[in-house]
Amino acid sequence: MTLTQLATSPPATGPDRSVNDPPSPSESFARAQLRRVFRSWPVRMALGALVGLVLIAIFASWLGTSDPTELSPGARLKGVSAAHWLGTDSLGRDVYSRAIFGSRVSLVVGLGAATISIAIGLLIGVISGYSRSADAIIMRFMDGVMAIPGILLAIALVSLVGANLLTVLIAICIPDIPRVVRLARAVVLSVRSEPYVEAATTLGTRFHVMIWRHIVPSTVAPLIVQGTFIFASAILAESVLSFLGAGIPPETPSWGNIMADGRVYFQLQPGLILFPGLLVSMTVLSINLLGDAMRDGLDPRLSGRL
Amino acid sequence: MTTSSRPDSYRVRVLTVSELKVETSPALERPPLVSGICFDVCAGETVCIVGESGSGKSVTSLAIMGLLPKGALEVTRGSILIDGEDVLSASETRLRQMRASKMAMVFQEPMTALNPVQRVGRQIEEVLRLHTSLTARHRRNRIMEMLEAVHLPDIERIYRAFPHELSGGQRQRIVIAMALILKPKVLIADEPTTALDVTTQKQILNLIRELQQSQQTAVVFITHDFGVVSEIADRIVVMNRGRVVETGTRDQILARPSEDYTRTLVSSVPSLVPRHRSDPAAHKVLEVVGLGKTYEKPQFFGRARAVAAAKDVNLTVARGEITGIVGESGSGKSTVARCIELLIEPSSGSVMLNGDDLTKVRARDLHSVRRRVQFVFQDPYRSLNPRRTVGDSVMEGLINYGMPRRDAFGQSAESLELVGLDRAVMSRYPHQFSGGQRQRICIARALVMKPELLIADEAVSALDVSVQAQVLTLIDDIRVRTGVSILFITHDLRVAAQICHKILVMRRGEVVEVGDAMTVLANPLHEYTRTLIEAAPGRDWDFQNFRPIHAPSATIN
Repeated sequence: MTLTQLATSPPATGPDRSVNDPPSPSESFARAQLRRVFRSWPVRMALGALVGLVLIAIFASWLGTSDPTELSPGARLKGVSAAHWLGTDSLGRDVYSRAIFGSRVSLVVGLGAATISIAIGLLIGVISGYSRSADAIIMRFMDGVMAIPGILLAIALVSLVGANLLTVLIAICIPDIPRVVRLARAVVLSVRSEPYVEAATTLGTRFHVMIWRHIVPSTVAPLIVQGTFIFASAILAESVLSFLGAGIPPETPSWGNIMADGRVYFQLQPGLILFPGLLVSMTVLSINLLGDAMRDGLDPRLSGRL
Repeated sequence: MTTSSRPDSYRVRVLTVSELKVETSPALERPPLVSGICFDVCAGETVCIVGESGSGKSVTSLAIMGLLPKGALEVTRGSILIDGEDVLSASETRLRQMRASKMAMVFQEPMTALNPVQRVGRQIEEVLRLHTSLTARHRRNRIMEMLEAVHLPDIERIYRAFPHELSGGQRQRIVIAMALILKPKVLIADEPTTALDVTTQKQILNLIRELQQSQQTAVVFITHDFGVVSEIADRIVVMNRGRVVETGTRDQILARPSEDYTRTLVSSVPSLVPRHRSDPAAHKVLEVVGLGKTYEKPQFFGRARAVAAAKDVNLTVARGEITGIVGESGSGKSTVARCIELLIEPSSGSVMLNGDDLTKVRARDLHSVRRRVQFVFQDPYRSLNPRRTVGDSVMEGLINYGMPRRDAFGQSAESLELVGLDRAVMSRYPHQFSGGQRQRICIARALVMKPELLIADEAVSALDVSVQAQVLTLIDDIRVRTGVSILFITHDLRVAAQICHKILVMRRGEVVEVGDAMTVLANPLHEYTRTLIEAAPGRDWDFQNFRPIHAPSATIN
């Protein structure tokens, strides 16, 4: 397209690009960018889906569910009906109730994994970014952890310690920590050579104040974004572990457990895999969409600004 | 070049820009970036587009090259004719053909304009391969001729060199060779010497002029520096906020500017005439004796190699006076400043601040010494934390030393008022301020600590000339009002001449000359100082009084 054609053609930009109201006088760049991000429709839908999911998890008992662990051998592998909205599984448990209660496990694992791995990763990352001697040792160890496939490591840990929610959570966190460490360390390394950090040094800012006041705030934006990806991958990992039988104990409803149970009866009762599978996909998709949008919004180079 | 030496071909108009208007796309509720731009350039002529940052000079040059970012900026009016052909209506294919063969561009930063992973010879060859049907042997010959024409030494080696193996000046020569190898009609040079040292700048300016005369190229030279303009321009286009303020021949604009804006801009150019004389009896606030800093460069085999960034530096700063350190890049001037500030540890020598040796201070006592020396950094965009309000940044030092927030707030507000800012700015964020305002904030942040010594490391280098002049006046004003002693580091001899009492010239880590500003500039003893003075652009023009200086020596007497 030539320049003259460009001049006459209608603007071809996304919905968030045309938003151009100036930020209020005392608004930081990041906040203004996030406001722009949350104006776009896909992001709003993703956010809506997630809020809905959280509400479902909290109010699971009031959503027309029955006890998800109650067996009724008489009603095994029934199809969709008024009594069982999504049918029943091989032990006659209500799939709808199990899926609704299963969201609790998924959210706890996702949120827990994101929080724990970011907290630990940030701490190690800051140490590594600041101390050159510690850096060499820490990073080689992290490289070692990263070399082991995450799921394998998790299976090994769970089979060593035994399966319960806490071990699954820790097993999912460990492979994610090195990624957070690398990210935090990279941010610390680039920020600590910024002139404003040097300026703070000349103003007599002490070491621990410097970390808290000038270094850690710069890591927040990239870590939030990384956190959403950990959230999503933790939900997936939990499902995979449960599906393989190395995760949450089978009586506790979780999306992975429902699918694991349904695997054998897939041809008889496709809903056993389909419904929890859909829930996992929707959740992971929404979180990833949100993470992507935040990454683009918080990075001035990707936000489409000049 | 004067009007009398114009060759006949001078009258051939090669580039005509008329009524150019560039707007953001999609058109937002903001004025166009440039509008109503009209000028033309004839063969063999140099037209300088002068303006401060944000004046639209680079947007204009990108529009001429057809390089405006697609989907972000668009030309909504006007025409750009090169050799009679409209750039704006040319197809993408035609534009590609025209670039390099009819119009070429030289950018500010030669390192980013060259591909770092390809040998420079190959990069020049690419131009020939795309635009000509020459055989490999002929291409090589053409390149060698061109490398010789841009006066590069040892062209066989340079042909095979990677960009990082060359100096900044050599890289810019390569970029110029690449731009001119197809003998384009129009050469657009966008601040081509801004990133270079003064001595290299002079050589590059001479080179552009020489090649222009031999090839009869029409040159559009974009710059913010009137010193450079006075050396090379035939005609001048002054731009401000996207509009042409004034056009005219060099002498018209420099000697008889008709618009106020041009007048301010021209008279802001610092001259080499020193203003202050040092008082030899004044109390010495800072005495640096035998300061040295060597870096160990670890070798893969054998012993580490020592690189001296500063060797045996002696300097003094008297109370209420400004001592300037002048030198080109790599001269060690910043190393010295950082050693005094204790941002890096000197390898030898002592730094005496009012009788206390700062190099002897133990690490745990460093905190108590820090507030006595304050620093203003070069880049006002990066020396303020973008996540903290101006108030938080200015108060930070006082709070670090235990002052209650309320008192710190009051003192910071006073300090901001001292540098000419309103106290209401304290609740705002740095990105809401211009470069000059940010530098004022940085100065306020340093002054609020009531330091015994203020170090300004290239504190005005990143600013536009008119802002630079204001900040220089501010620094001098503050010195008079508060009696603070200042160590002023700059690469620009003209800036040093404006405010320094004493000048120290450094080269490759060593002090080559030191003395009273008047003496150093009027009777330079060292050859290097003389080279620097001669290379300073615009020496034969008295910008403050709008007249040429006929005898070059009159600049400094």
